[in-house]
Parts: sequence; C-alpha cells; structure tokens
Amino acid sequence: MEYIIIILSAVFVNNIVFAQFLGTCPFMGVSKKISTSLGMGGAVLFVMTISTIFTYLLMQYVLVPFNLKYLQTIVFILVIAALVQMVEIILKKVSPPLYQALGIFLPLITTNCAVLGVAILTIQKDFNLLQGVVFAMSNAIGFSLALVILAGIREHLELMNVPKYMKGAPIALIVAGILSLAFMGFKGMV
Amino acid sequence: MAQKKPNTLFNMASSLFIVTCIAAVAMAGAYNLTKGPIEKVKKQKVEDAIRLVLPAFETIERSAVLPYDGGNDSLILYKAFDTNGELVGTAVETFTNNGFSGHFKIMVGFLPDLTIHNTAVLEHKETPGLGDKMDAAKSDFSEQFKGKNPAKFKLKVDKDGGDVDAITAATISSRGYCDATDRAYQTIVQIKE
Amino acid sequence: MNQFKNFTKGFIKENPVLVLMLGLCPTLGVTTSAINGLGMGLATTFVLIMSNLFISALKGFIPSLVRIPIFIVIIATFVTIVELAMEAYVPALHEQLGLFIPLIVVNCIVLGRAEAFASKNNAFSSIIDGLSMGLGFAFALTLLGTIRELLGSGAIFGFNLLPEGTDGMLIFVLAPGAFLGLGYLMAIMNSTKKS
Repeated sequence: MEYIIIILSAVFVNNIVFAQFLGTCPFMGVSKKISTSLGMGGAVLFVMTISTIFTYLLMQYVLVPFNLKYLQTIVFILVIAALVQMVEIILKKVSPPLYQALGIFLPLITTNCAVLGVAILTIQKDFNLLQGVVFAMSNAIGFSLALVILAGIREHLELMNVPKYMKGAPIALIVAGILSLAFMGFKGMV
Repeated sequence: MAQKKPNTLFNMASSLFIVTCIAAVAMAGAYNLTKGPIEKVKKQKVEDAIRLVLPAFETIERSAVLPYDGGNDSLILYKAFDTNGELVGTAVETFTNNGFSGHFKIMVGFLPDLTIHNTAVLEHKETPGLGDKMDAAKSDFSEQFKGKNPAKFKLKVDKDGGDVDAITAATISSRGYCDATDRAYQTIVQIKE
Repeated sequence: MNQFKNFTKGFIKENPVLVLMLGLCPTLGVTTSAINGLGMGLATTFVLIMSNLFISALKGFIPSLVRIPIFIVIIATFVTIVELAMEAYVPALHEQLGLFIPLIVVNCIVLGRAEAFASKNNAFSSIIDGLSMGLGFAFALTLLGTIRELLGSGAIFGFNLLPEGTDGMLIFVLAPGAFLGLGYLMAIMNSTKKS
C-alpha cells in the first residue's frame, strides 16, 4: 500500500517539476515537441533509476560506515556522470537508432538537477532500496508526464497569436505556472 | 592557445588522480574545520525548540522511546533540570502522520504534573495560509493548549467531541496537531507507570 | 580583453537566467524571499569564481578527454566547501535553501562557464567572468525573490509592509508563483531589449 502512496505522491502530488522545481532546464528546452519529450523522458527514467540504485548502495555501504557523509555531493555527481557516459557508449553499440534518437539528451542528463535531486531525496526520506527504486521510477514518470503535457500545449501554442514579448520562454513558463496550479489540486490525495 | 597535455592514458589517469587527491584533502579539511560549529548549531536548534515549550532550565537529559501506540518512529524525550537539579519539565518531540500533507513534528512541553506548558511546531508540510496557521507565529491556535492538563482537557477537535478549537478551514491539520500532542501525553503517562 | 565589458556582461546583456536561460532550477526553487534569492546567488558566485579560477589556472595540465570529469571534481569540491560553511555559519539560510545547495554542482551556469570561458582564458579574466555571471545570477534571483516576497507575503527582506493581519497573494510564494513570476520577468526583459 505504501508503494502506491510513494508512486502517487511522486507523480502527482509532489511532481518533480511542478512542485519541486527540479529538472526545469531540460523542461524548458526539450518540451517543444511531444516526440522529443518522450525521448528525454525515457532517457531520464533509465538514468534516474540506475543512478538511485548505485548512489543508495554507495551511501549505505561506503559513505555512512566510513563517516564520509560530507562527500555525498561529489560522489553522487561522479556516479551520475559516469553512468551517463556508460549509457551513451552502450547505447551506441547496442542500438544505434535509439542512440540517434536519444543521443543529444544524454549528456544533458548529467546536469539535470532532477537526477541528482532524486538521488539525494531518496537518502533524505530514509527509503530502503526497493522503495528508492519505486521512488526514482515514479519521479521519472512524473517528469515525463510534465514534459509531455507541456509539449502538447506548446505544439498548439506555435499556431496561436502570442504577444510579441511573451513568445518562447515567457509563455512556456506561464503555462507551466498554470499547470503547477492545477497539480496543486492533487494535494489532498494522499 | 596554451600547449595542452596530450591525451595519453598516463596523462589522463594521473591528472584525474592528482586532482581528486587534492580535492579530497580540501574537502576533508573543510569538514574538520566546520565539524565543531555544525555540532554546536545542531545542539542550539534542539535547545531553542525546548526553550519554547518549557520554563527556564539549565541542563537536558535526552532519551528516545517508542510511542504508546507502537510503530517504527520514536519519540524523543528531553528531561529538563534547573540549577538545583530539580525537574523543570519534560519536552517531547512528537509527530503525527495524519496531517493534511502527511507527517509533521511538534514539540510538547509537560510540567512535572503533566500539565502542558506550551507546544511548538518543529517541521511540517501543511498548506501555507491554512494548515500552517498551527505555527504560533501565524495564529494563536497553539495558545489554547497552554496550561491545560490532558487528563481533563480532551485532546480532540470540537467536531470530534473534544475541547480543542480547530483552525478554520484547516480541520485536518488541527486534528493532526491533537494527534501528535495526545501521542506525547499517552506515551509519557505510560512511562510514568 | 576589455575587463569592464567582461564584468558588466553578466548583469543585463548576458544575464545567465534572464537571457541565457541557465540555472532555472534554483531560480524557481529558492526565490520565495529576497534574502533566500540573494543567499543562493552569493553561494553560487563563490563556487563560480573559485572553479573558474582553478580550472583556468590548470587548463594547461588537463588532457581534453578527461576535462569534464575533472571540472566536475573541482566544482563539486567547492560546492561541498560552501555546503559545510553554510551549515556551520548561516544555519537558518542553509535550512531554507536545503536541497538546492548541493544542486549548485549541476547548475548549468557553473559547468557552462568552465567549458566556455575558463578553459580558454587566463586566470584573471576567468575570475572576472565568474564574478560577473555570479552577480548577474544573484541579481536575477534577488529580483525574483523580492517580487515574490512582496506580492506573496507583503514584505521585503523580512520587513513587513502590509498592515497587520492582511495576507499577500499567497500564490506567489507557492510553486505556481515561481513560474508565473519568472515568465513575466522574462517577458519584461524581452521588451527592454532592442531587437
């Protein structure tokens, strides 16, 4: 039952973009088309889940026992950077078309605050490994959801008459604000 | 453009290694320098919270105990003594999982006769403008607990047949507050027995 | 290099947030009040200056293939130092900024300047660049923070401007307000640019 709460909370109530503000850089940059949004979402799902597993294990079995908690930031980001590098290499060899599709997004994921953010949050919330994995996957789904919704709206906005100075980033942010307001409605859900 | 080092395996590995070593030393140094002040800050935070809910005291004795209704989260008890070693009161760091946004923590200060001296919010995620009014800085909701003995003062909101005046439009947060306070009371009663 | 131009570019022309659109996460996340925005801006400025300095000084010794991991190690070191210093000496601000302090390490501005500027210019220029971008970032954050604090709780830097008992427009200190506030700020910024 508690897993349902973790999932619902991460996808809707505390949506990583609309409520926690993590992952907003790629959010603005990639959400112009639904297809690119889905691509980014998939890449994030993969990296976020695997990096949460590795960072959790490192924290539990290395950093905490050796009293090195202050190295959390650097260790986590190096793990994420290494993972992204590995994913790129593996993808290139195993599935070139998929690599072509996701290619440009992968390096961007290293600096995606959402990935590092979720890794840190998993530790802060005191989850165990399984809960952490569910948490990471749910957040990635929430991220993809936010991205796809915004992309859908932006695709329509392209065809509309937007005031001159609002074109591009400003109107996208305003739409995001309204979406954020809508997502606040989920507050009482859990 | 300055001459760059060629990308030989030796160069790459050694530069990575050297930079990482220096970085490790720098961070370890910063950690040791700040260890003391950080400990002090943490202690101060706890003391400030206790100061809010109990009369003046000199020393604290800390212990953790499982709440009377079980579960995995402990309550923290802080026994406070004055300069003569007399018990001034016991502050209990308690929680509820029934807030509007789930879990939140409050501190309840009990005098030796188990009358509530004061209560204070420690951390919460309640809705700003509604549930967050349980904070003394935002409304006088918490005033009504002062000086009440839960043996006679029913720790439930009036809607549920109790003596507590709930915050308008924030019944769930108010209920959570009562739940947390009651948990502290029941647990401390159980200990005295 | 015209150091004056180097210094002033970060404020308006190449403002990292409002023009280059980098570092959006902390911009939205910590600007619930002016002081939070300013605090975050200054912490990031420190990291920017120090990492730019070290990366620029060491650029001759860093083989290009491993430069990104080395940049990350250097940046992460300074972020950790800032984290520890803030926890020890400004605990209230540290608690307010929370998760976003370690997230400075993935702030696109920091890695971006390291790659685009510090690895290609001398140490002094890099320091000025770090200072410029950092203060420009701080400026944007403080501005948004002030707007949100003013509209949302009727205060500036903690000083209450509204009469007792009145609330501000709560939405501005909540999540939606961040998006709305930044969106309008950017639109206003666009209108001042001579196209």
